[in-house]
Amino acid sequence: MPSPQCLPENRLLEAHSLRFDRRGEPVFKDISVTLEAGRLLLILGPNGSGKTTLLRCLAGVIGPIEGELERSERRAFLGHRTGLKAALSCRENLNFVRSFHGLARCCADQALARVGLAGFGLRLASTLSAGQTRRLGLASLLVSERRIWLLDEPYASLDDAGGALVDELIVEQLNGGGTVALSTHQRLPEIGAEPTRLDLGTGLLERP
Amino acid sequence: MIGSLWALLSQDLRLAIRHGGESLMPLMFLFSVIILVPLGVGPGPNLLAAIAPGMIWVAALLSSLLALERLFRPDFEDGSLEQWWLGHLPVYGLVLVRLFSHWLITGLPIILFAPIAAQMLFLHPDALGTLMISLGLGTPILSLVGGLAAALTLSTNRGSVLLSILVFPLIVPVLVFATGAVSVAAEGISPRTHLGLLAAMLVLALTLVPLAVTSALKLNIE
Repeated sequence: MPSPQCLPENRLLEAHSLRFDRRGEPVFKDISVTLEAGRLLLILGPNGSGKTTLLRCLAGVIGPIEGELERSERRAFLGHRTGLKAALSCRENLNFVRSFHGLARCCADQALARVGLAGFGLRLASTLSAGQTRRLGLASLLVSERRIWLLDEPYASLDDAGGALVDELIVEQLNGGGTVALSTHQRLPEIGAEPTRLDLGTGLLERP
Repeated sequence: MIGSLWALLSQDLRLAIRHGGESLMPLMFLFSVIILVPLGVGPGPNLLAAIAPGMIWVAALLSSLLALERLFRPDFEDGSLEQWWLGHLPVYGLVLVRLFSHWLITGLPIILFAPIAAQMLFLHPDALGTLMISLGLGTPILSLVGGLAAALTLSTNRGSVLLSILVFPLIVPVLVFATGAVSVAAEGISPRTHLGLLAAMLVLALTLVPLAVTSALKLNIE
């Protein structure tokens, strides 16, 4: 398991010339990104351009065919599937996330309240709607206490209020010295500051 | 670190209890075997005593096999398996915990109820100790080998057929030596050879399989 690299203070993750192939065809190649504290990285591109694959590469779930990845912190990843257990209650799910990451069990109810699921502690995750499940996924991000957030289509299944919640949580994470990378092809985040944009369709990286 | 391993283990057990019916399968198999087989082959004690080791072992095998579909696939499908690579623990340790919880749910109940089964099938009392030891050595091998097959077939759609095909050739030596040990013990001969080979298989499986499972999971996660 790679040990945390020594990166300059504000750079939480650096990736150089990443390439990933699927069935012999490159999904993306020669992608370099830097995640800096307080900055948002927006990953755009049409379906199939590799947004999910890139995020999973950055998260360390899959390894790139070529390229290097350095990170100084542990990452939190929230994908299409939230990784939460349907047969357990919301609170049990959040407590598990805490224990699994070596943290003391606490703050489950605060996290649920923050994402608009106050009082859902004992509800089974299987009884939640799609939007509520996404909110529970956001709560699991909050309790994981990680500085790097990698979000794959965080606005999916959420209404306007849910989308606004995601924006608020992103702003809080950035203000707290963390960094966020997210992919979207619907709604764009409204956070007041211009994000760095990476377009996987064209391979262009724009900094504000 | 221990806290995280314990978190996974206790969650696995909690989920097994929540899925109550499925978790009682091992005991269902065992009791089906000891009730139905005497009805099918006739209640003659000599015949039953002769086939008792095989029958109990078949129940252990089936219970282990049927729980394999649920070993990694649910986590793979709901996205919690990929979180294993985001934790601070090596995936190897998490694999060991998962295989251990599988054994607790499938192997341990068989071991605990084996004395009752042996009694009902008229197994020679001298062979009971050997039966318990053979189950204690062999059921972990079932969990390990089955876990490997489950990890390899994770990304295939109808994995369970392929899984069974993969598992059976690896299981046969375990079955042969375990039932052989009990049979010779029932005749008064020392089962040391058979049990020694079983123990060797267990050590081999414990050494190699978790590594292989970790690699197989990593491959299938992509």
